[in-house]
Amino acid sequence: MISLPKKIGMYFLLIITSLLVFFPVLYAFMISFMTGPEILQGRFLPHSFSLENYVKVFERLPLLNYLLNSFIVSAGVMLGQLAVCSLAAYAFVFIQFKGRDFIFFLFISTMMIPWEATMIPNFFIIQKLDWLNTYQGLTLPFFALAFGTFLLRQHFKTIPKELQEAAQIAGLGRFAFFWRVVLPVSKTSLVTLGAYGFLTTWNMYLWPLLITTNSSVRTVQIGLKQLQSQEIATDWGVVMAGVIVVIVPTLLLLFIGQKQLQKGLSQGALK
Amino acid sequence: MNRQTKHGFWKKSVNGRTALLYLFPSILLFSVFVFYPMFRTIYLSFFLTDQAGNAALHVGLENYGYLLESSAFRNSMKATGLFVLYTVPIGIILSLFFALLANEKLKGIGFFRTLYSSTMGISVAASSVIWLFMFHPSIGMFNRVLSVLNLPQIQWLLDPEWALLSVSISTIWMNTGFSFLILLGGLQNIDEHLYESSRIDGAGYFYRLRRITLPMLSPTLFFIITISLINAFQSFGQIDILTKGGPSQSTNLIVYSIYREAFINYQFGTASAQAVILFIIILIVTILQFKLGERKVHYQ
Amino acid sequence: MKKVELIDLSKSYDKQVDVISNINVTIEPGEFFVLVGPSGCGKSTMLRMIAGLEQITSGTLKIGEAVANDLPPDKRDLSMVFQNYALYPHLTVQQNISFGLDVKKVKKDEQRKRTEEVAEMLGLTEFLKRKPRELSGGQRQRVALARAIVSEAPICLMDEPLSNLDAKLRAHMRSEIRRIQRTLGITMIYVTHDQVEAMTMGDRIMILHEGKIQQVGKPIDIYNNPANPFVATFIGSPPMNLAQAMVDKKASELIVGDVWRLPIPADEIDALPEAPLIAGIRPEHLRPATKETREGDKLIVEVTNVEVLGNETVFSFQLGADEWQAKWSGQWQIDLGDSIPLLADYGALCLFESKSGKRIKQPTDLGNFVFGKEVLV
Repeated sequence: MISLPKKIGMYFLLIITSLLVFFPVLYAFMISFMTGPEILQGRFLPHSFSLENYVKVFERLPLLNYLLNSFIVSAGVMLGQLAVCSLAAYAFVFIQFKGRDFIFFLFISTMMIPWEATMIPNFFIIQKLDWLNTYQGLTLPFFALAFGTFLLRQHFKTIPKELQEAAQIAGLGRFAFFWRVVLPVSKTSLVTLGAYGFLTTWNMYLWPLLITTNSSVRTVQIGLKQLQSQEIATDWGVVMAGVIVVIVPTLLLLFIGQKQLQKGLSQGALK
Repeated sequence: MNRQTKHGFWKKSVNGRTALLYLFPSILLFSVFVFYPMFRTIYLSFFLTDQAGNAALHVGLENYGYLLESSAFRNSMKATGLFVLYTVPIGIILSLFFALLANEKLKGIGFFRTLYSSTMGISVAASSVIWLFMFHPSIGMFNRVLSVLNLPQIQWLLDPEWALLSVSISTIWMNTGFSFLILLGGLQNIDEHLYESSRIDGAGYFYRLRRITLPMLSPTLFFIITISLINAFQSFGQIDILTKGGPSQSTNLIVYSIYREAFINYQFGTASAQAVILFIIILIVTILQFKLGERKVHYQ
Repeated sequence: MKKVELIDLSKSYDKQVDVISNINVTIEPGEFFVLVGPSGCGKSTMLRMIAGLEQITSGTLKIGEAVANDLPPDKRDLSMVFQNYALYPHLTVQQNISFGLDVKKVKKDEQRKRTEEVAEMLGLTEFLKRKPRELSGGQRQRVALARAIVSEAPICLMDEPLSNLDAKLRAHMRSEIRRIQRTLGITMIYVTHDQVEAMTMGDRIMILHEGKIQQVGKPIDIYNNPANPFVATFIGSPPMNLAQAMVDKKASELIVGDVWRLPIPADEIDALPEAPLIAGIRPEHLRPATKETREGDKLIVEVTNVEVLGNETVFSFQLGADEWQAKWSGQWQIDLGDSIPLLADYGALCLFESKSGKRIKQPTDLGNFVFGKEVLV
């Protein structure tokens, strides 16, 4: 099919470009094992892969606590989004009702409103609810998601209407049909949306910055900022150890779910 | 008879009522956290506010007038515009290039796909910290490379001439992962038969790229262009960690400017006015996408 | 086993034109009743109204003795098989079959017993643990059948259940469904667009066209005595040949398609009107003329197309403005352009009023086509 020289050229391009893309991560990984003097020398490989910096970073920051917070918040948003979006998508696909187009338009319109344009009143809402430094303050505003609803709606639409009718004849109620048939059949897109929700929440920066004023529910991303501003110039090894700790869970998630995510997102993107 | 029609109406609306039940969580959350705050933002933009963010003095369009005259805001708009211009086209071309490479059927291609998409799994905060180090004036990698090549050192993040460009470079890197993933998905949705038939016709690689791949990819490309544009306007984390809007305001992008105005200077009125302007910009981008998208894009 | 009664049943969407109007029919308990018609004739809508998946606009639907207009589908005591089978893709064959029982909270033991019995009956035992996507089209079809049977509902509705199968399997499943229906004695209402299925499966069939009943009756009666030109052409393959016809009372002849004159027996001429008619004749009743045939009785036609099907030969020719076909048994060596002498009896003709489509004469002489069992030795 492809000639050998062409193949070699391809691999050459692939290796060079992918290394360029991945280099900063690799670099950070190497730095995370280096001592201060080593970093000053400007080496690429550390003398030894000692975990000293990792131990230090956990000592200097309640990093374990932050990791747990990040996990709770990400998992919370993920589950919340799955529940709220799948219910809405189900209504759009399987229930005929007046005003459906209007409500659908309402959902679309939320996509045109950037989150940052509403963050000031949102901050005060959370403050009034006394939800600063709480998990619900970090998660609840993100449960409803137009993109997620559309993604699931696309998948639900591929379920044949006859399945619903067969269920009706069998005597299955509406919610039971949703729970016992629609959700299990749509496992793949639920996984896609779940991974997407988890990833974006784990990486969220601005909202936790506003909402967490102490370390009780602070997430790792804010922890990183804290670490970086505390450690100026002195201990880059420790900072990078922190970076590696923070990115490993999401990188793993991405590596496992890459194929799924790529398929699911490009389907949801285009109706 | 009357009772029957009433009964009938109640029965007929049963679907509407159940649908509402399923939609209720979304509608409630959208109302509280999207629609109300949006109106509130617009409302606040006409006021001067107190420290707690309450409207204190109605000033009409004065906030906007103030913004348009303020050189800081104009500077911020200019920086945002330049930032979008630097990051979006290059970012998309780069991701498209990676996606085209990774779409070839070669052994071990999955590994390369994983590497290309990796930046999607790295948070803005983590990326920014990594790049902060790479931009470091003395021990950062870039200046070391420059010194090895006997070139003058650059104050990447400290020189107003360079700072925006540096931030843009790191942003391009952060965004390639997501764009790559979406574009690769789009490429893989193109029907294999189209290539086979063109190969029978003897079409070369670039001919196929121009005549089949890009037209068939156009919906995906269009989608990712829009998303990238919106994302670029919303950039915040990298600014907060890399430059804090400096040096001399050269990287004070609009969201960072809103953040600073509101949560550091407590000027919620003018911050809201900026937020409204951000909203209008995003609105225009989205509407353009709908308008152009219908005409220009070739859907399968 | 319950009867299903449709009284003045009509259906319209958004108060627009009726898609189904004034349907009156009683489907007897244990009967295999086929609804047949071209696509868009309203047959599926009718079935879905019986199932409770579509609202009834007006009229009464009785299932058993009870009015069922407003009953939800699951309270109507029926099962349904869909064209695309509607199997739950995430459940195994076993779970698919027992799904309805599970919903109705039948005990697990009982569920398993009944599922296994039905699986046995349909030869699905070895596939019970598989998912639908691991099955062939025919196997999926059986699972859909099994799901309907296992419910033990007295009425079963089927909506074009065989149309996704290949021809050979379809023929096999026809007899299998028939066999199961007879064994279980359920009332079957079966929708199809395929007149062969209707003819071979139904105890009685109803032909629908544009939402109206064209004819209800036993398949063979409908074949022999179609109620109107639509039924005449819809049932039978190749269809009945039709052409405009006039009665020439003076000559006591029927002029078919302006070119063919057939003598009318003296005792029948008075009953015929002078208005324009449509004459119809089945292709197998156009016989080859022999040497003994009187020259005046022969109809000489020019062959425009020939299909030799092995045991029979079908050829086409132009009669006036219409293309007709004749079907002879055996392999005839006929070429395009040949002139063939044909012979037909007036008795085999079917006559309809041109305007209303009403039948005014049914075929009396069916030639050598009807046999009693007594001919068998």
